[in-house]
Amino acid sequence: MSVTAHAHVEDHSDDHGHHHKETFVTKYIFSQDHKMISKQYLITGLIMGFIGIMMSLLFRMQLAWPGEAFPIFEAILGKWAPGGVMDADVYLALVTIHGTIMVFFVLTAGLSGTFSNLLIPLQIGARDMASGFLNMVSYWLFFLSSVIMVISLFVEAGPAAAGWTVYPPLSALPMAQPGSGMGMTLWLVAMAIFIASSLLGSLNYIVTVINLRTKGMSMTRLPLTIWAFFVTAIIGVISFPVLLSAALLLIMDRSFGTSFFLSDIFIQGEVLHYQGGSPVLYEHLFWFLGHPEVYIVILPAMGMVSEIMAVNSRKPIFGYRAMIASILAIAFLSTIVWGHHMFISGMNPFLGSVFTFTTLLIAIPSAVKAFNWITTLWKGNLQLNPGMLFSIGMVSTFISGGLTGIILGDSTLDINVHDTYFVVAHFHLVMGISALYGLFAGVYHWFPKMFGKMMNKNLGYVHFWITAVCSYGVFFPMHFVGMAGVPRRYYENTAFPMFDDLTDIQVLMTVFALIAAGAQLIFAFNFIRSIFYGNKAVQNPWKSTSLEWTTPVEHIHGNWPGAIPEVHRWPYDYSKTDDNGEYIIPGQDYVPQTMPLYEGEEELQH
Amino acid sequence: MTPLLTIVVLVLVAIAIWQMTKIFELSQIRASNSQVASETDNKYNGYLMFAFLIFLYGITIFSFWKYSKVLLPEAASEHGGGYDSLMALSFVIIFIVQTLTQFLLHYFAYKYRGDRERKALFYADNDRLEFIWTIIPVIVLAGLILWGLYAWTNIMDINDEDDPLTIELYAQQFNWTARYAGNDNVLGDANVRMIDIDNANILGLDNADPNAADDIIVKELHLPVGRKVNFKMRSQDVLHSAYMPHFRAQMNCVPGMITQFSFTPTITTAEMRQNPDVVDKVKRINGIRAEKAAQGLDNSDPWEFDYILLCNKICGKSHYNMQMKIIVETEEEYNAWIASQQTFGKSMASAQ
Repeated sequence: MSVTAHAHVEDHSDDHGHHHKETFVTKYIFSQDHKMISKQYLITGLIMGFIGIMMSLLFRMQLAWPGEAFPIFEAILGKWAPGGVMDADVYLALVTIHGTIMVFFVLTAGLSGTFSNLLIPLQIGARDMASGFLNMVSYWLFFLSSVIMVISLFVEAGPAAAGWTVYPPLSALPMAQPGSGMGMTLWLVAMAIFIASSLLGSLNYIVTVINLRTKGMSMTRLPLTIWAFFVTAIIGVISFPVLLSAALLLIMDRSFGTSFFLSDIFIQGEVLHYQGGSPVLYEHLFWFLGHPEVYIVILPAMGMVSEIMAVNSRKPIFGYRAMIASILAIAFLSTIVWGHHMFISGMNPFLGSVFTFTTLLIAIPSAVKAFNWITTLWKGNLQLNPGMLFSIGMVSTFISGGLTGIILGDSTLDINVHDTYFVVAHFHLVMGISALYGLFAGVYHWFPKMFGKMMNKNLGYVHFWITAVCSYGVFFPMHFVGMAGVPRRYYENTAFPMFDDLTDIQVLMTVFALIAAGAQLIFAFNFIRSIFYGNKAVQNPWKSTSLEWTTPVEHIHGNWPGAIPEVHRWPYDYSKTDDNGEYIIPGQDYVPQTMPLYEGEEELQH
Repeated sequence: MTPLLTIVVLVLVAIAIWQMTKIFELSQIRASNSQVASETDNKYNGYLMFAFLIFLYGITIFSFWKYSKVLLPEAASEHGGGYDSLMALSFVIIFIVQTLTQFLLHYFAYKYRGDRERKALFYADNDRLEFIWTIIPVIVLAGLILWGLYAWTNIMDINDEDDPLTIELYAQQFNWTARYAGNDNVLGDANVRMIDIDNANILGLDNADPNAADDIIVKELHLPVGRKVNFKMRSQDVLHSAYMPHFRAQMNCVPGMITQFSFTPTITTAEMRQNPDVVDKVKRINGIRAEKAAQGLDNSDPWEFDYILLCNKICGKSHYNMQMKIIVETEEEYNAWIASQQTFGKSMASAQ
């Protein structure tokens, strides 16, 4: 395999010097260059993230001050906030689209799409992705799907409002709620296109990692980022098609009168013809993707955090092989735990037992990862760059959020906290905030590689510390709201006097949320400003060993001006010393992957 | 209160922006700045990491001190006690792990903050350590899994032992209806296709089924204390979830199928109202409501504690207000109440 692959790579390197002149369109719009595509993913993802976060602010304000009139509601929501008071239908639409956008458009495409594209070729030593064309198609399908999702916000009856899981029958019956009309159709179309985009991207990542590694880059010399992207792509290929089937069957139920998910329905004074379908079937299909999806979101963040932490600790990542093993274990287990979302869905309770077992198993590789990250910090020489701070923050929120998974994954304990704010707090910490931290860490760390400029570190520090405090401020007290029995997706809690004494917690959380969102403006400002006016980056600003920092700062098609570098060691030779306690390279605490082993030097980990 | 908080938020945002621009200006002075963390950055961020650890512990303590009182009162069902113990044990484990790991993470981040003199330790692997922190979660989780599965199997084992009361919970947008099985304790057949609103057959009972005649359809759930209740759930339109938090009970209601849940209520509503936690909570909430009444706001009537059934699966516009009162009472009170209700057969006869 490797012989032909390298031969191909060599060929490619020969012709790169005299490629065609790029036009504006081929360079910035329909680009097939992985670096440009990664920027396109990032910027599209960030714009979608802006929309998603804005929505969360609107409904958080409604939760803290229920029924209160805010001019901003009327300004943004128009007819759905008559007199500035948010309507109950649009509240559900906001939580639905917030969830959809954040999970799929920001944390799947914006995170994995951006960094898989940027880092896979650069870190494995390839000129580009295996198929630049498919890569381009993948981005443009994602863009199209984003556009359709945004358009769905403007349809007459409102966007999809059945929760981001769009369980039928609510999502299937236009008479059940206004959001299940045209808005829902567009939601399904957007998601179908999104899945196609994700599949094209994932297949490309898998093929690239398997075939285009440079000479010497064995699988056990790959940075953990690549391992994470690779495994993420595999679980994406396994699980996304199942969501496509769910979406297609739902489209048929909605538009062609089939009964896959519907049966025995009497609504608005009439009996519908549906017979024999089961909403539980939809739940199975949805969560067969839905659960791997949360790992699709978090694994790339984990990979990037591992890499950034090692670089900034000036230490090898602790337990490299255990880290790979736990990525593989998490990926495998992630495909057999979906039923823990359905303990009380009416499925056979015996299945609940099985899923409890597999779910709690997943805590083991997660715990191994957390301990390995902590040990990586131990006796390091921590360079507290913004990327490093976000990495440490990610480990912190991953632990805090992950621990409550022990409660939710236990079918017994799930009974009383299922679908309450306890769940909302859990998954926001463990996959929402953690993955966002991974995204921010990645942006701060690889910004010099993407744009050839440095981001302002002081603004980065302000951004991190405000965000870190506020995200705990929002989601830590939220556990108590859930334990008090408050269901999620309630437009207001005033219908239940027993929840009256929770209003001050809601206000506290909303205030934190507003401040946190304000801090993201600092990031946006820093990001845009640094692209144009940032300090020019040097080739290897973080003194990193991995291959991407051996490319010139200016982007060239094909990544390396000369031959592709050969790799001689794993990417974590930080602060490695010889027998006398001196660094391998005098005066330099890292050894690049391209440096051959010295005589008598032991190569660890292989 | 609200305008004040809005102002506070705006002020904080303004301060953040002001600080941001100030820092930005400062950073401009040193234009040669490489934007890589300097000694000073490492020092201050290291200190901040330690401060953040204190913040984490602080917010934990604050939340427990301030918000423990909002949690649900003691479980009012037989299996609820075991549920609460398992929950408590899980929380103890969680807090031990959380306290330790967050300490190590942030303390290391503080202790080993970068310094020009410092040399990091090349420490790539230690099989024994990794074995230890694999095996400890394995053992702890095995214990939790076993206890959890034991409890789950018991809760979900719905049978007809001990003469359970059979009740149907019927969900629709956006209200609940309950159907008691009557003297024969067998629910009559029902299907949405037999719903006849004009003739008051709102649950679609089968007129021809003799078991249906003595069924009793009500809008308020009365349960005799100490007697097992087998709930059969149905929904006529979309997914709903019958959530009875005080009894640690929940089950989805799925159109096209009958789901079930079973529990034995152990505390009557009257007894629960005497529970010190509940007394406190009612007092606190009535304080809030009195304040609202003084300002002429809605939702300000005094409140008396009641068990409640909530909808906990998104079901449409009024999902947030889909509820039914549950009253747990003594056997005698229950018998008196049920005797005063009209059976389905009678209401059909009177409708014709």
